[in-house]
Amino acid sequence: MNGLPVQPVLLWSDALLFVLIAVIVALMLWARRQDALRAAWARVARDGVAMAAATVLGVFILIGLLDSLHYRALLPAQPGAPARYAVEVNSALDALLADLRLRTEKTYSAPLATHLFSREALENSTQREFPRLKHGGAHLGENLSGHGLDIVVRLSRGLAGGLAIWLLLVAVVRLGKSRLPPNLPLEGGGAMMVATGGRAMNVGAGGTASRAVLLTLLVIFLLFGAAVSLGGGYHVFGTDKVGQDVLYLSLKSIRTGLLIGTLTTLVMLPVAVLLGILAGYVGGWVDDLIQYLYTTLSSIPGVLLIAAAVLMMQVVIDTHPDWFATSAERADARLLALCLILGMTSWTGVARLLRGETLKLRELEFVQAAQAFGVGRFAIMRRHILPNLMHIVLISLVMDFSGLVLAEAVLSYVGVGVDPTTISFGTMINTARMELAREPMVWWSLLAAFSFMFALVLAANLFADAVRDAFDPRSSA
Amino acid sequence: MLAYIIRRLLYAIPILVGVNLFTFALFFVVNTPDDMARMQLGVKRVTPEAIEKWKAERGYDKPLVWNGAAAGGAKLTDTIFFSKSVRMFAGDFGRADDGRDIAREIGARMLPSLAIALPTFVLGLFVAISFALLLIFFRATALDFAGVVLCVAMMSISGLFYIIGGQWLVSKVWHLVPISGYSGGLDAAKFLVLPVVIGVIGGIGASTRWYRTIFLEEISRDYVRTARAKGLPERVVLFRHVLRNALIPILTGVVVVIPTLFMGSLLTESFFGIPGLGSYTIDAINAQDFAVVRSMVFIGSVLYIVGLLLTDLSYTLADPRVRLQ
Repeated sequence: MNGLPVQPVLLWSDALLFVLIAVIVALMLWARRQDALRAAWARVARDGVAMAAATVLGVFILIGLLDSLHYRALLPAQPGAPARYAVEVNSALDALLADLRLRTEKTYSAPLATHLFSREALENSTQREFPRLKHGGAHLGENLSGHGLDIVVRLSRGLAGGLAIWLLLVAVVRLGKSRLPPNLPLEGGGAMMVATGGRAMNVGAGGTASRAVLLTLLVIFLLFGAAVSLGGGYHVFGTDKVGQDVLYLSLKSIRTGLLIGTLTTLVMLPVAVLLGILAGYVGGWVDDLIQYLYTTLSSIPGVLLIAAAVLMMQVVIDTHPDWFATSAERADARLLALCLILGMTSWTGVARLLRGETLKLRELEFVQAAQAFGVGRFAIMRRHILPNLMHIVLISLVMDFSGLVLAEAVLSYVGVGVDPTTISFGTMINTARMELAREPMVWWSLLAAFSFMFALVLAANLFADAVRDAFDPRSSA
Repeated sequence: MLAYIIRRLLYAIPILVGVNLFTFALFFVVNTPDDMARMQLGVKRVTPEAIEKWKAERGYDKPLVWNGAAAGGAKLTDTIFFSKSVRMFAGDFGRADDGRDIAREIGARMLPSLAIALPTFVLGLFVAISFALLLIFFRATALDFAGVVLCVAMMSISGLFYIIGGQWLVSKVWHLVPISGYSGGLDAAKFLVLPVVIGVIGGIGASTRWYRTIFLEEISRDYVRTARAKGLPERVVLFRHVLRNALIPILTGVVVVIPTLFMGSLLTESFFGIPGLGSYTIDAINAQDFAVVRSMVFIGSVLYIVGLLLTDLSYTLADPRVRLQ
């Protein structure tokens, strides 16, 4: 490893996230060969709202993935000493946003401001004044008369840039569509679209779905262009109590939200599926035991169970400081433990659903036939029951996601959420709400956190609805 | 009926025992009392004497489940498991870290919790069902679509936003009601209006959508077609037939919540400074008062199990075909 500019760090949550993505890709490849599944995904792909939501989700996932490539930077070389790496763990997103991350102010400043939010006694004056920001509007120099004009110029330049990129993309798509044979997937339609099946995309090409995706991309590019252009000289969403850029914090929160929303379901699914099928298929005392287990667990109110478990987890982590090499690792372990605890409370519902469905499947002819042929119990469960339950698993996976993202914020407020050093929507809201009593109010951290969360959860809800409509046999009208 | 109730109550016992064992394992086996003492005392003040004192104050200085040193029956009773877990069945929750009796505290705090939770629940149910019926009346029109979009948007907003935004707008900008606080008697009304309204608005999106799905399922049934064929106006079809038949799925989700209303709402109570059980729990979590959290977990489960029983009983009231054996 000597001489490498960075030392890659694989946190546990990163590893699990990559495993999850590998599983999803593998399932997609498998689903492409199944006619029924392909048809269902094609229905999702033809739905304009769902594909617009998928595009937004795709952008969020991209940011989250960039934020999951962790490394430790090389420290400046000491002559004669072996290469040493910084203790601080950064991610690829941190590197991209180095500008935002490093340009910290002293404390609060409003969005696009040039001065701090609160008065301070300056060195060479007896009056308390608003000190200048170190970075916000620094390029303006002493003359602040051009502040408003500068914002307008930067904003329009950013919007124009975003529009230009979008037009380029549209041109490429048009060109590609006229050149490519009709059964090849379209390029540039967003990673999700290609992933959900190029064939499906072609059905909707030129229809409402691809138009919805292009329009969503237009909005995203415009916002992105404006943020980049304004962010070059200002703090677009202001700064927080310790002077960190709120835009940077919001972008970093995305990974935490995504992790909680996906890993929780991932860790609880194997247990829920296994116990649900066992209870439904085997019956007898196994059924009684499993039912007793999930009735007991689900009779404890969720928040209280989570609170109790998190309190105990804190004790474990606090009494074993030697388990973790860096603070990033400790925060990561806490995040994972939170996912486990959330999973512990939410597997009961899925297990109950799966048990009920298995009871129905068990009596169907194809299962009876398999039994008559002497196929083993576990082979029947794996080959005949499990594939017919996959739609329930998928629906519960996408439906749970948005609820979990929202729950994270609430739990962090209650004090049983992620580690206080982990940047998340919950910790952002939690630190910002202390300042609500201030006059005038510090509103920008809250608004930024809520807006990002709203975009993520709304996109997830819309996408989940489309998936449920496409996969739930009851809802197929 | 009575036999059924008794049998259901007997079924509840093993579940409560399970909850009890689970909380015992979570609080005393995952971490030893020594660990908890070290955590709460802080790194600096940890000495063996301080830990022993902390444990003795809370009665954690006994063996976990088997006291070999005691005589006779005390071998079982003079233990943490008996004194802390088994005694919860008798309504004895011990003392909180501030020395107060937890059972008495819970009794005093139930009323404020209920004063918020009950109106929120009743009003929320009424508003959501009315809204859902309205959407069903205008189903497959632009109004229905707009309503559903509104519901999805509203359920995508964090509950914290409704509370913070509502407090800011109503109390800080318009100065209509005090921002937080509580008082007994009729004075309480002015403190309760805002949390109740916010609670109703915050829950409207998800519940309206849920009721709408239930109604939609009912409306495609044969009896609805018959009712329409008889020439009944849509209003009568909806209120007299669809609403009644949809009661069973609605009751399944609703009745179970009623007993847990006593627990109050964690968020609302702590934001509005209501001295109910929700804020009690939050304070206990923040102060790491393990005894209080453990008691609340137990009480919450008891109330939930009561809710399940009430759900079953409510079926017989709503649907004469259901007979409980």
